[in-house]
Amino acid sequence: MSHWALSERPKVSGPGRLKYDKARQAELLLLPERVVELNEAAGAILRLCDGQRTIATIIGELEAKYGQTGLEDDIFEFLAAAAEKGWLEVCP
Amino acid sequence: MVRSMPVGLPYALTAELTHRCPLHCPYCSNPIELQKRECELSTDEWLNVLEQAADLGVVQVHFTGGEPLLRSDLEQLIVRARELGFFVNLITSGVGLAEERVRRLSEAGVDSVQLSLQAATSELADTIAGFKAYERKRQAAKHIRENGLALNMNVVLHRANLHQIEEMIALCVAWGAQRLELANAQYYGWALRNVDQLLPLREQLKEAEAAYVRASERYGKQIELLWIVPDYYEDSPKPCMGGWGHISLTIAPDGQVLPCTASSEIRSLSFDNVRDRDLDWIWKHSPSFNAFRGQEWMPEPCRSCERRELDYGGCRCQAFLLTGDARATDPVCALSPHRSVILNRIGSNETGERGTYSYSYRGG
Repeated sequence: MSHWALSERPKVSGPGRLKYDKARQAELLLLPERVVELNEAAGAILRLCDGQRTIATIIGELEAKYGQTGLEDDIFEFLAAAAEKGWLEVCP
Repeated sequence: MVRSMPVGLPYALTAELTHRCPLHCPYCSNPIELQKRECELSTDEWLNVLEQAADLGVVQVHFTGGEPLLRSDLEQLIVRARELGFFVNLITSGVGLAEERVRRLSEAGVDSVQLSLQAATSELADTIAGFKAYERKRQAAKHIRENGLALNMNVVLHRANLHQIEEMIALCVAWGAQRLELANAQYYGWALRNVDQLLPLREQLKEAEAAYVRASERYGKQIELLWIVPDYYEDSPKPCMGGWGHISLTIAPDGQVLPCTASSEIRSLSFDNVRDRDLDWIWKHSPSFNAFRGQEWMPEPCRSCERRELDYGGCRCQAFLLTGDARATDPVCALSPHRSVILNRIGSNETGERGTYSYSYRGG
């Protein structure tokens, strides 16, 4: 999915759903037959994949949140991997 | 060096709402001793159990049976499960999934439906199920998709349906499934009773697996295919349940709490019940859940084996059923002193004559 453009709006593929789990203090991705416990960075990225925000917006928000620049490549790499696993789709 | 494992939190609860079922599949995962309706937990008891499960860290619930649609309070339980933040999966035969029921389940908030399939043709499917279910399943799949629900399917593979694997995959694609579990039969309970009828030939398995690989390439992302290995033909055992009492738990219709659906057959253990004890205590402290956690319980050859953290010694239920000792190395393992049990069974299967199928069907 490396062909995704900055203007695209990814979202978690249905019927998958994110859940912040207080007991584990982690973002979980709930899927029909499994639960994925996400690390902090993965959770932060997926949390913004709501079908409203563009990839550009997501990158901007995360760079602001972590006070860093140059996160674009890492974020694209994660989005591609997540899409490959079927966790993400792009909104039309 | 043997180390003990800290008790983690369970992710998933399999809620067996009932053992009643219109189907009589000869590999049914329910125990040989099916529980009667009078023993089933009430609606209030299940609602309470769901709350306890949420407090314990469970985030996903699989409502199953028997046939969970036979419980008229299913929608009520789903509503509560969603309020508690669970991902809700319904595992069903599809019998009883008329359009109106699908709509009610959808409104209640069910997230995904897993529909079973017995074979690609109605004749064979209905023979295996011991019930005319095929056409109802086709209708059910249609209603599920029309209501916008995610459809997953599963087929238990065995001697009598493996030759239809390509047709079954094509059928599930046509019915709109996004995931299909191709689950080679695992031999506990009913399946073990019918093992001589169900156990496939090695050659048959090889062909079926090749067909699965071809289909994975052909369909790509259109459908996610999962191949659950036929463990009798493996040299090392499966990491059953991701470890005993490690990531999930099952509650039987009467409230008995089990590490997996088959474990009630381990007669050397006694399992606690939510009617007597809190779920939290049962998960963390009950003797049954602690029996095979970590590695201290392991005998040789598991205890010093380099694979012990990969497969946990295999399946405890299989060890008990085939050796009489639930601590034993799973006989599927090439290192097991009981390996001959499996080899003999495969051997007599390869050489034995087979006539028509006569399964021991479970009752309803």
